[in-house]
Amino acid sequence: MAAEGKAIDALSQFALTPVLGKVGASVGFTQSNAHMLIAVGLVTALMMWGTARRAVVPGRLQALAEAAYEFVHEMATGQIGEEGKRFFPFLFSLFMFILFGNLLGMLPYAFTFTSHIAVTFTLAAIVFVLITAVGLAIHGWHWFSYFKPEGLNPALAVLVVPIEIISYLSRPISLSVRLFANMVAGHVMLKVFASFVVMLGTAGVLGVLGAAAPLAINVALVGFEFLVAFLQAYVFAILTSIYLHDAVHLH
Amino acid sequence: MADRDDFDRRLQEARARQGLEAAPKGRGGGLPGGAWGIGFRVGVELVSALAVGLAIGWALDRWLGTGPWLLMLFVVLGVAAGVLNVYRVFMPRSGPR
Repeated sequence: MAAEGKAIDALSQFALTPVLGKVGASVGFTQSNAHMLIAVGLVTALMMWGTARRAVVPGRLQALAEAAYEFVHEMATGQIGEEGKRFFPFLFSLFMFILFGNLLGMLPYAFTFTSHIAVTFTLAAIVFVLITAVGLAIHGWHWFSYFKPEGLNPALAVLVVPIEIISYLSRPISLSVRLFANMVAGHVMLKVFASFVVMLGTAGVLGVLGAAAPLAINVALVGFEFLVAFLQAYVFAILTSIYLHDAVHLH
Repeated sequence: MADRDDFDRRLQEARARQGLEAAPKGRGGGLPGGAWGIGFRVGVELVSALAVGLAIGWALDRWLGTGPWLLMLFVVLGVAAGVLNVYRVFMPRSGPR
């Protein structure tokens, strides 16, 4: 599967295939959807089991659940302020869903659903609708002053307001492309170097020796990908909370 | 309760010494640095703003039938918005203005 013939096939890992037999095929239920359900199930299980015992001295699972909770809680209140508590459930689900999606993708044979722009853009679109709705709900018509910095020369406003609007509209795009591109790039690199290992490994004694180099790179890459998995989930969540701060406080 | 507060305070201090406590954040900070991360972010911000400018210009031209002019205008505005985005990456708009 790694290297068909001599060509490196790095992109077929992102192909969607229906699962669950006939039923899955007829409703378009792919392995991507299955992994989303697994991610949601794992997050739910972690929080349910982690908080079930409510021990004063937390066990491993409870410590993990509490660490995740407090990490996002601190992000929400630190970035947005006191109002951040209202958005904590949203931020927490978003962060954990993306994090578990990224981490699930690191397992062998698993699928990374965050490597599809359709998924990341849907998440970013939800964020975009939320920040716009929150801004409008809190500030009403005054929210539109967000696009016009105060004390601005009216002549310049003709230029600045469209730029600000374009900048605002580019948020969901940059948010989704960042996550998607990072995951795709990482998994393509893993696949390419893994293919090198296989191709060199089948090319005689000298090849086997040569295969050690890409193998070493791949080991390092796996570690790096775990870092990226956490980092991108964090970046997505913290940018969302920065946008929410802007929506709540306008400036 | 007194020694509990005291314990919390000492724990806080110890954590800060060990660098475990998040640095007191200026708003909008807290985004991870690193040359690759920043470079990638700048690229994404520039391109996404340009894409939005392109899309708006193209759609308006198609709707109003104004030839390539609005497309050209909005590409320029898109680039400007991209630069604004990049500026905000490094200078988050924060605090009272």
